[in-house]
Amino acid sequence: MKDQLDYMAQNVTAGKMTRREFMGKAAALGVSAAVASSMFADAAKAASPVKGGVLKMGVQGGESTNSQDPALWASDVPIAGGRNWAETLVEVGPDGSLEGLVAESWEGSADAKTWRFKIRQGIEFSNGKSVTAEDVMRTMERHTNEDSQSGALGIVKGIESMRADGDVFELKLGVGNADMPYLIGDYHLAIQPNGGFDNPTEAVSTGPYTLESDEPGVRMTFKRNPNYWGGDAVAHYDGVEVITLNDATARTAALQSGQVDIINRVEPKIAQLLDRAPNLAVRNVSGRGHYVFIMHVDTAPFDVNELRLALKYAVNREEMVEKILRGYGGVGNDMPINAAYPLFDETIPQREHDLAKAKEHYEKSGHDGSPIILRTADGAFPGAVDAAALFQQSAQAAGIPLEIKREPNDGYWSEVWNKQPFCCSYWGGRPVQDQMYSTAYLSSADWNDTRWKVPAFDEMLLSARAELDEAKRKETYSQMGQMLRNEGGLILPMFNDFIDAVSNSVQGYEPDPNGPVMNWYASKKTWKA
Amino acid sequence: MHPIVKLVAQRLALGALLLLAASALIFGLTEALPGDAAQAILGQAATAESLANLREEMGLNRPALTRYFEWLGGILTGDMGVALTNKLDIATSVASRMSNTLFLAFWAALISVPLAILLGLIAVRYQNRWPDKAISGVTLASISLPEFMIAYILIFFFAVKLFWAPSFANISPSMDLLDKLHAIALPVAVLVMVVLAHMMRMTRAAILNVMQSAYIETAELKGLTGFQVIARHAFPNAIAPIVNVVMINMAYLVVGVVVVEVVFAYPGMGQYLVDAVVKRDVPVVLACGVIFAAVYILLNIFADVVSILTNPRLRHPK
Repeated sequence: MKDQLDYMAQNVTAGKMTRREFMGKAAALGVSAAVASSMFADAAKAASPVKGGVLKMGVQGGESTNSQDPALWASDVPIAGGRNWAETLVEVGPDGSLEGLVAESWEGSADAKTWRFKIRQGIEFSNGKSVTAEDVMRTMERHTNEDSQSGALGIVKGIESMRADGDVFELKLGVGNADMPYLIGDYHLAIQPNGGFDNPTEAVSTGPYTLESDEPGVRMTFKRNPNYWGGDAVAHYDGVEVITLNDATARTAALQSGQVDIINRVEPKIAQLLDRAPNLAVRNVSGRGHYVFIMHVDTAPFDVNELRLALKYAVNREEMVEKILRGYGGVGNDMPINAAYPLFDETIPQREHDLAKAKEHYEKSGHDGSPIILRTADGAFPGAVDAAALFQQSAQAAGIPLEIKREPNDGYWSEVWNKQPFCCSYWGGRPVQDQMYSTAYLSSADWNDTRWKVPAFDEMLLSARAELDEAKRKETYSQMGQMLRNEGGLILPMFNDFIDAVSNSVQGYEPDPNGPVMNWYASKKTWKA
Repeated sequence: MHPIVKLVAQRLALGALLLLAASALIFGLTEALPGDAAQAILGQAATAESLANLREEMGLNRPALTRYFEWLGGILTGDMGVALTNKLDIATSVASRMSNTLFLAFWAALISVPLAILLGLIAVRYQNRWPDKAISGVTLASISLPEFMIAYILIFFFAVKLFWAPSFANISPSMDLLDKLHAIALPVAVLVMVVLAHMMRMTRAAILNVMQSAYIETAELKGLTGFQVIARHAFPNAIAPIVNVVMINMAYLVVGVVVVEVVFAYPGMGQYLVDAVVKRDVPVVLACGVIFAAVYILLNIFADVVSILTNPRLRHPK
């Protein structure tokens, strides 16, 4: 029994067991409530942060071509590294609420067109310079100006004018957007001195750590920023290492042998096995990322909605979640929104695998029976080739002549995705519905990869965007979701979990649906006991 | 001028021409790949606007020939330029990557070459008896396994189970030699296992070939022991083919170990080149390609010179 209690106490310390669970299980073991309560207190005390040590993260998604310029970040390693030195105006918390970073507070006008962000007083960049509203404005300018190559260009291009007003940064939008504070928390929009115009790659911002060394595609090392405004509550490590480990087996072995403390992207097929290892735990969280089969609704044969519906009914979603994600995920409903989003409508019916309906819609579509070609590649999403094969099987069972064309990984995103009418792809999800829809389903969106150009849909999106009444917004989003579900070009069989594995020496780890490894805030928020 | 010096000079000049041709070929092929650096960097996040901006900034809008000759002009004056993707100086990156690659290759070669030749000699001495069969069996088995498989097996036992060696080769310039050697223990072991068989089998075959000669019989008749015959009379006459195989394997250790680099997250040239190709970072691809080509050419020249020096008929041509 002692062993079991010790094990439970460890779980409490590691933040994996709540007080209620602990008390319940202790009672089941015959421990009196008073004793259990004091044991819980002891275990929980061990959970108060300890300073010092070095956190080593083994991260998939780094190349020797990576840069420290936040505008160019697109894969996990630069984002993981950036979280250490770069800070945005606000951060989206694990519960979807906003917390201020460089901005202390913010307010929007009634029409959601004007937004004012009050800059936190007295905070300094890691080079000792004070942070001003001017720096914030210059940062936004760098990401929005006409030379911008920023990944956040789509987010900030709606800004019509900006100004620095004392310690307040003010921006005016052409079209009101109630979600603007969420959007401005995008990781690309890290506040840099003079907006990073002078030297975008110098890695100076207000983050909890400062960059010590950088070997792109190999490792980055950071040390604690003694000037950090957040004080003792966060940033507990003396140093942080972000090590590029692109090979899945190398990553797992490094964690098992204790060379790193946290890894991202545990392969679903080994997650359960890895979780059995004694010194670590697999932590997964359902996020907003999803795997999709996308059809161009303006290209034959996908311009006939009956055919799109036939394909949607032909997908066996449960089977994909079970076989491709090994249960680490949830079924999708042919709309890019799930319960992880604020203002999600739970009442929209789930589309089921239904071969009879698939057949019926296929016959109604009047398709001539020529092969329907689905393009896929290993790199489209993990398991994309297998998922395509499963889709082919279930479609053929409904009499739909689905054929797979396998494309090389190399060049998939430039030559196949957003070019070919039917292919596999993935989306990382966005913090709010508006941003997800604006990124890929607005008529004018650059990444409208289903060619979904419906004026009525655009209108609803724009009206919801400026709508401050949450009930009305939720209703509009629900209609938009159903419209995509019933007519859109995306077949969305599954939402994938973020699966990390964390050494038991790391304390205070809480999964965050916004991204893997606590939305990459692990180095800021965890500590080692 | 000594004929050997003349030959080396000739070969070096030819090598330079070959390098030029290789660089043109590499440039042409990289250009022929679909997409360009701007597209590769922006990936799924590309928009028409950001693509155009990035192309403009990288100078990708200019004609391919202009860019090639600019690069050529740079490299002839010793300037490799900066990477398109992260604006880092290529010479600096290559220097650190290349020294890592050479470090790994050096230790792998230092262990594998003498070991392979020694095992080859033993195999000849005990030809068709159990030592020969054991040596051939083990080395052929290790060459037949894919290198990542050997790597995973070694990681599983020596890193995850026994904690003897780190599972990935986390080396940095600040480490001292012993720490570095500890860090690369597993990748060196894998490389040794991969190259051993080829060199050992060649040593065995080349010496056995020589062993058929009449002068070996003479040596035996005058009463030399088996090992003396092999070491003094057979081995020197088998050096040429052995050196050729050794050089091929050395070249492999320098240019062909990308899989081992990936598995052990070792910051060598192979991974650097692969990343650059994926991102269509043409100046980096060219720099790596030319260096790899130079390694091959130099090692080949070396092998040829050694073959000539060890062969009196070639050393003193009529």
